[in-house]
Amino acid sequence: MFSAIGRYMSNLFSQVGGATAMVRSSVFWLFHSRFEFHQSVEQGITIGVESFGVVALTSLFTGMVLALQAGNTIGNIFGDPIFVGTIVAFSLIRELGPVLTGVVISGRAGAAVTAQIGTMAVTEQIDALYTLGTNPIRYLVIPRMFGFILTMPILTLFSNVFGILGGYLVAVYALGVPGEVYFTDITTFMGVSDFMHGFIKSFLFAFMIGTVCCYKGISTRGGAEGVGKSTTGAVVTTIVLILVMDYFLTAILTAFGI
Amino acid sequence: MIEIQNLQKQFGDKQVLKNVNLKIEEGKVTCILGGSGCGKSTLIKCMIRLEDATSGKILVDGKDITQIKSEIKLAAIRRHFGYLFQEGALFDSMTVGENVSFGLKYLTDVPESEYPRIVREKLALVGLKEDVANLNPSELSGGMKKRVSLARVLAVNPKVILYDEPTTGLDPIMSDIISDLVLDLKAKLGVTSVVITHDMHSAFKIADYIAFLYEGKILLYGTPEEFRKTDNPYVKQFVNGSSHGPIQMKLMRE
Repeated sequence: MFSAIGRYMSNLFSQVGGATAMVRSSVFWLFHSRFEFHQSVEQGITIGVESFGVVALTSLFTGMVLALQAGNTIGNIFGDPIFVGTIVAFSLIRELGPVLTGVVISGRAGAAVTAQIGTMAVTEQIDALYTLGTNPIRYLVIPRMFGFILTMPILTLFSNVFGILGGYLVAVYALGVPGEVYFTDITTFMGVSDFMHGFIKSFLFAFMIGTVCCYKGISTRGGAEGVGKSTTGAVVTTIVLILVMDYFLTAILTAFGI
Repeated sequence: MIEIQNLQKQFGDKQVLKNVNLKIEEGKVTCILGGSGCGKSTLIKCMIRLEDATSGKILVDGKDITQIKSEIKLAAIRRHFGYLFQEGALFDSMTVGENVSFGLKYLTDVPESEYPRIVREKLALVGLKEDVANLNPSELSGGMKKRVSLARVLAVNPKVILYDEPTTGLDPIMSDIISDLVLDLKAKLGVTSVVITHDMHSAFKIADYIAFLYEGKILLYGTPEEFRKTDNPYVKQFVNGSSHGPIQMKLMRE
């Protein structure tokens, strides 16, 4: 059992070390080569288009269920479904927007990135890049990292909009809250720092998803089976890390008054 | 010239290369022979640091490339090399034409307007028509993929070309055309070639020198004539393609 724990820990540290080396190499190539602008924008668009529908749908229903739960619970305690807009917007903008978007991007675009780079690794296409004067970190990793970092905050914004819209539909048409009250509840109690809180999280989640998914892809070995393992590993790792990071980021950002 | 000294390569517990010593003469064709899985591909990958050697030296024009740490310096060394991969390693997301012209963008100053002409020329050189340029790699047969991959190597005019089984999967006529191409590149452009092959006919036709790799070591290095006349039972068996001999016996003992 101890040897199994030892093997697991050694594997974990080696992966963290590998991913850190990849990030270091990415920073190096960012300043020592031509930036693949076209590729980065293309990746951002692909990631955005792939994930937009699922983000919109999950956020819409999350906003709806939040409004329903909050409205019913508050209604049972106070008699009226008050502050539904505040609860929905706070939950979404500070927590669920970035988290849901991160989870969807991991499963949708993150998996695709790992599978694509992983397939390139096992079919020697990554080696071919080296022989044709191109560093794979510069050509594959940096544009995808930028793609995630550019797209994630925008998708988070859409997630917030769709979630608040879902909450509005339930609050107005199921709970009977007047539309203006719903929006006044949001604008009265929310400040710029709440948006910053969600934005900082979405940016850091994007960086983490890009790093994990690209690293898992580039370190893939062992043919089609290896690609499958890397892809599953990337999705599981990113989703777990999103939830763990979310707690610590909330604690840190709140301590800084954000 | 490339000189390999006491090269060792280990993957986990498995030692693939054990003290390999080999000289690759400039402007000559050196064929590397050996059974499947004996480390031939690993050896040529070490020559351009696609694999890092466990120990030993690889001198390229007198400079030990195993000691190079800088990615930029490594890229500068790799510029002089072309590598034909065993399975072609074409980029799936690009057309054949984009694959062939890929290196031009990163390794040369050739203007983009010249790319279609170069693609046409290099495809013709490996016996492919220009309309192949618009196909995706998934639409090609194994042999065609290999030829496109060779066209991609040729497009950037490297000084040294490392071929990993260039004729495997090709029909005998096309194999001979590729062999002629290797000889042509040597005669006209002075290209140094290192060719991993199992095709004895091709090896004897193109090689100036042959190295036989067995159990991680170079068992015999010499001219094709020396290989034909050798008494070494391992080499003899391999050259004759016989299932009877010391290599088979060794396998049976294991």
